Amino acid sequence: MREDSDVFLMGEDIAEMGGSMGVTQGLLDEFGPERVRNTPISEAGIVGAGIGAAMQGMRPVVEIMYEDFLTLSAEQIVNQAAKHRYMSGGQLKVPLTIRTQGGAGWSPGAQHAQQLEAWFVHIPGLKVVFPSTPTDVRGLLWTAIHDDNPVLVFEHRLLYPVKEEVPDELEPIPFGQARTVREGEDVTVIATGPMVHRSVEAAVEAEKNGVSVEIVDPRSLQPLDEEALVASVKKTNRCVVTHEAVTRMGFGAEVASVIQYQAFDWLDAPIERVGAKFAPLAFAPVMEQFIVPNSEDVLAAIYRTVGRDGN
Amino acid sequence: MAKVEAEQTGVSEQRLRDFLREMLLIRRFEEKVEERFRAGELPGFLHVAIGQEAVAVGVCAALEEDDVIASTHRAHGHTLARGTSPNALMAELYGKLEGCSRGYGGSMHLYDVERGNLGANAVVGGGLPAITGAALAFKFRKEPRVALAFFGDGATNIGTFHESLNLAQLWQVPAVFCLENNWWAESTPNKQHSPITDFTQRAVAFGMHSLKVDGQDVEAVHRTASEAIDHARRGDGPVLLVADTYRLVGHYIGDPQVYRPKGEQQELRKTEDPITKLREKLGVSDEDWEQLDAEITQEVEESVEFAKNGTDPQPEDALKNVYA
Repeated sequence: MREDSDVFLMGEDIAEMGGSMGVTQGLLDEFGPERVRNTPISEAGIVGAGIGAAMQGMRPVVEIMYEDFLTLSAEQIVNQAAKHRYMSGGQLKVPLTIRTQGGAGWSPGAQHAQQLEAWFVHIPGLKVVFPSTPTDVRGLLWTAIHDDNPVLVFEHRLLYPVKEEVPDELEPIPFGQARTVREGEDVTVIATGPMVHRSVEAAVEAEKNGVSVEIVDPRSLQPLDEEALVASVKKTNRCVVTHEAVTRMGFGAEVASVIQYQAFDWLDAPIERVGAKFAPLAFAPVMEQFIVPNSEDVLAAIYRTVGRDGN
Repeated sequence: MAKVEAEQTGVSEQRLRDFLREMLLIRRFEEKVEERFRAGELPGFLHVAIGQEAVAVGVCAALEEDDVIASTHRAHGHTLARGTSPNALMAELYGKLEGCSRGYGGSMHLYDVERGNLGANAVVGGGLPAITGAALAFKFRKEPRVALAFFGDGATNIGTFHESLNLAQLWQVPAVFCLENNWWAESTPNKQHSPITDFTQRAVAFGMHSLKVDGQDVEAVHRTASEAIDHARRGDGPVLLVADTYRLVGHYIGDPQVYRPKGEQQELRKTEDPITKLREKLGVSDEDWEQLDAEITQEVEESVEFAKNGTDPQPEDALKNVYA
């Protein structure tokens, strides 16, 4: 925003309040109410306004408070943002960034905890990223804002407290570049968002039992760094795919398909998938935790791929 | 020949004659489109705006070159009135690379960005939020430009209409929302889809300035649209411009219109044809009319030839333009 006056923010409660998760705190003071724009509760309207401003060459960043509310703006994202360039035969571009967050683990209930990233990966014309660390969110958000296409940036509620040292100089992270979180020999875990951290916990446990786990975070789901994922599985010969979203038709289904097709002859075990059980997110913590995958679920899947029960 | 007083109307007789030509071009173009569609030459499906030409012509003539529009599924008239050539439009309807959307859009997705046409939209109400956003960009950059959305009465019942007008008024952006009230939402008449018949009442809820005009009178449309656009350009805020008009055809080409009272359309064609009205106002002689019509018919014929001789995209061109 300091470098480019065409970048501005729109969203519900993002100005004085600094966003419902505090992500935009301090920006109003620095950039003022024109560029840090509180909006009415009008998800379709603000995404659409972002599209219109983007088509005029601005670089709006629209915040959708909870990704569940993407449903209210889905028409504008899916039919408009994703397709203007195509339908115009390349005359238009829509450099729009949509930031949103979600995720379970704090009992927000069924309408404030969904993980809907897979829906948008399914739409040609959109790019989708899902950072899991402060460094990644910084580098990917920079790339999203400078990209000439509509980009959805998925953040996870439980990852906001994650702290790490970040470089003084901002380092942009290109889309379509996976990050190897941890190197290992026996099994590859491909994880997104909070499951990256839960997989690290599982890997530490597995290590104690002599199973060496490699973890790869795709970071950008579209475009997808197929090469890095396939290379890792060719090295380890086993694969677990995990995300917090519902397993059925989740992003992991696509990853599993890519792996089985490109690394079929290298696989020594069926690809394991770890995601949420097929239910809306329940309120009562005991039920919510039962639905959402945790590090034990990942660990169990790791052991299944190596033919062990963990004991 | 009746003399039109320029000082009285603000629109010169020559300008009105230009309007007549443009309206007749749209009419003959759309009739040709119907004919070629029925002949099986045009893919997809098509909506024509026969009867609504005065709105497209009167409004677009009131815009400046740097202004932008968004249109609807019934977009041929707006597109021609905004300056796209009949050749480029017809080529698009034939799915050719020379088309105004390079063959990627079709009748419901007509774009011509160079001429400020940000696209026709096949989702009712889908183009309105982006017009608010384009106007916001103009305000940000302090450019004296206006963004204008065309839409129909059917669109006043969808959320994006209300969200877009609310945001536009709240932010005082230079937008004009041009409601072409043709009294039908596809096959559903006004009395079944709206509790009101005077659509300017919609603006009251947003505290927005509104204007209403007889959409069959191109001179009045032009005058009122100019007022609305000037209002927005001056920085006095957005305007809801309501043009009451008539769709003198079905919803789509081939629509049997079982929902419409028998004879209504025929009667309206006698009394509410905007082209006939303007011709009478200008007192155009039969001889002049026939000459004009012949010229335009020729121009439209040539657009068909141009389109048929256009370049077919390669199948794999389908994978281009997905991303910038």
